[in-house]
Amino acid sequence: MAKLESAFFDLSLLETLSHQETGVHRLDPRAKLLTTAVFLATVMSFGRYDLSAIMPFFLYPMVMMSAGNLPMGYLLKRIGVVLPFVGLIGIFNPLFDQTVMMTLGPLGISGGWISFLSILLRCVLTVWVAMILVATTGFHAMCSGLERMGVPNVFVVPLLLVHRYLFVLIDEASRMTRARSLRSFSRRGFGLTAWSSLSGHLLLRTMDRAHRIHLAMLSRGFSGEIRVARRYAIRLSDVAFVLVWSSLFIAMRFYNVSTLAGNALMKVLP
Amino acid sequence: MSHHIVETENLEFAYPDGTAALRGVSFRITHGESVALIGANGAGKSTLLLHLNGCLVPAKGSVRVGDFPVTRKTLPAIRRSVGMVFQDADDQLFMPTVYEDVAFGPLNLGLPPEEVDKRVMDVLARVGLAHLKDKPPYRLSEGQKRSAAIATVLSMSPDILVIDEPSSNLDPLSRRNLINLLKTFSHTKIIATHDLDMILDLCERTIILREGRVAADGKTLDLLRNDRLMEESHLERPYRLTAREKGGGRE
Repeated sequence: MAKLESAFFDLSLLETLSHQETGVHRLDPRAKLLTTAVFLATVMSFGRYDLSAIMPFFLYPMVMMSAGNLPMGYLLKRIGVVLPFVGLIGIFNPLFDQTVMMTLGPLGISGGWISFLSILLRCVLTVWVAMILVATTGFHAMCSGLERMGVPNVFVVPLLLVHRYLFVLIDEASRMTRARSLRSFSRRGFGLTAWSSLSGHLLLRTMDRAHRIHLAMLSRGFSGEIRVARRYAIRLSDVAFVLVWSSLFIAMRFYNVSTLAGNALMKVLP
Repeated sequence: MSHHIVETENLEFAYPDGTAALRGVSFRITHGESVALIGANGAGKSTLLLHLNGCLVPAKGSVRVGDFPVTRKTLPAIRRSVGMVFQDADDQLFMPTVYEDVAFGPLNLGLPPEEVDKRVMDVLARVGLAHLKDKPPYRLSEGQKRSAAIATVLSMSPDILVIDEPSSNLDPLSRRNLINLLKTFSHTKIIATHDLDMILDLCERTIILREGRVAADGKTLDLLRNDRLMEESHLERPYRLTAREKGGGRE
C-alpha cells in the first residue's frame, strides 16, 4: 500500500515540477523532444570503450536542471531505481574482458571495467535526460508535441488515456489493498487467494470503467478521433534551442572534448 | 418546440446475464419540464437514463427524443440534443485538462476553433471553474469535478439535460452550488437521484421507479407526501417536508 501511494506522489510531483514557469518550461514541447532525441542518439552511438568522450554530455542535464529549477535529490533518487537493472546487464563485462586497457599508476584497468562504467554512464545520462524532459514539459504537453510531429493518433491517445487513468487506478488499487490489510491483522504477505481475487476485481473494475468512459465519449459525439484544440507556435528561441544543443552534441560526438581540454591544459602547464 | 420532448413507450430491457432491468416503462416529458427519477437501488434508474441517448438499445418498446425515434441512424442528432452527465465524474472527465474536456464535445460537433474557445470559456465561467481550466481533472475536488462534468455537456448546448446522481458525495456547500447551477439550466431536465431534498428545490414533477416499472408519476410534493407509496418504493419523506408541515404547513 505504502509503495503504491508513494508511486502516486512521485508521479504527481513530476507533474507539479512540469507546471513551473521557467524559460525551459516555456519552450515548445517539440523543441525539447527533438533535442532529447538527438542527445539520446549521440550518447547511444558511442563505442563500448568510450568513457572520457561521454563526460562532456553531462553538461546538458546540468544546465537543464538549473535552468528548469528541478530538485537534484529527487531526480537522482529516481535514476537510482533503474541503476541495479543496468548494473546487472554490465556486471559480467569485467569477468569476461580482462585485457588491460589503461593504467593508473600501478593499477591496470581492464576493458571490462571500462565498458561496464561506460554502460552505467550512458544509462544515467539517458534516464536523467528523459526525466528532465517529462519534468520540464509535462506528460500531456509531451504527447501533444508528439502528435504535432506527426506521430499517429493511435499511439498518442492511448498514452494520454493511460496517464489520465493511472491516477484513478492507483487510487482504486490502494483503497482495495488498504481494506485488505485492515482485515488481515498485520499478517505478512498477501496470500495467494486474496491476491488473485483482488487483482481479478481490479481488472473487472477497469473494464467496467473503460466501458463507462467509452459511453461518456460516445455521448459527446466521439467518432474515433480525438481532436485537440491547442495550437503551438514555434518561436525563434525554440529553433535556437534545438540548433545550439544538437550541434553541440554532434560536435562532442566527433571530437573528444575531454582529451582536447586535457591536452590544452598540458600545453599551458609548464 | 417539439424537439425538447422525451417519450418512452413500454420500454423493456434485460442485461445479458438475464437481469430484467426495465419491464415496461412509459412516460412523456415535455419541453422545459424538470423531472426527478427516483427509486430504490437497482430499480432501473441508471438503465433508463442510458436509453435516453441510445447508449443502450431497448429490447422492446421505443424511445423518442423530439421528432426522432432513437435508432442507430438518428444517434448523432439525438446525442447532440441530449446531454448526459454520468454518475462518476472520473468517467466523464477523460481528457488531460479541464479545458480540453469541455472542448471535446464542441470539437466533435465540428465547430470552428474560435467558436469552441468562446463556448468553453463561457461555460467554464458559468460553472465557476474558469481559473482551473488548465488543471488536470485528478487535481480537482469532488465538487469541482462534478461542475466540470456538467460543463462538458453544457458546452454542446443541449436541449435536454440528463444527470445521474448529481449530488452524491458532495459537501453541503458544493451540493448547494450544484443545485443553483442546475437551476440556471432552463431547458428540459431529467435527474436520477436519491437526494429527495434536492428534488424539492429542482423538480416540479417526479417519476418513481420500482422493479423496472413506473410506480408513480406526478407532482413532486404529492408523491413525496404519500408515505405509503414512499415506503413501498424504499424511499422516505424528506425531513424538510415533515418539519414544514408540523410548523404550520406553509408550502
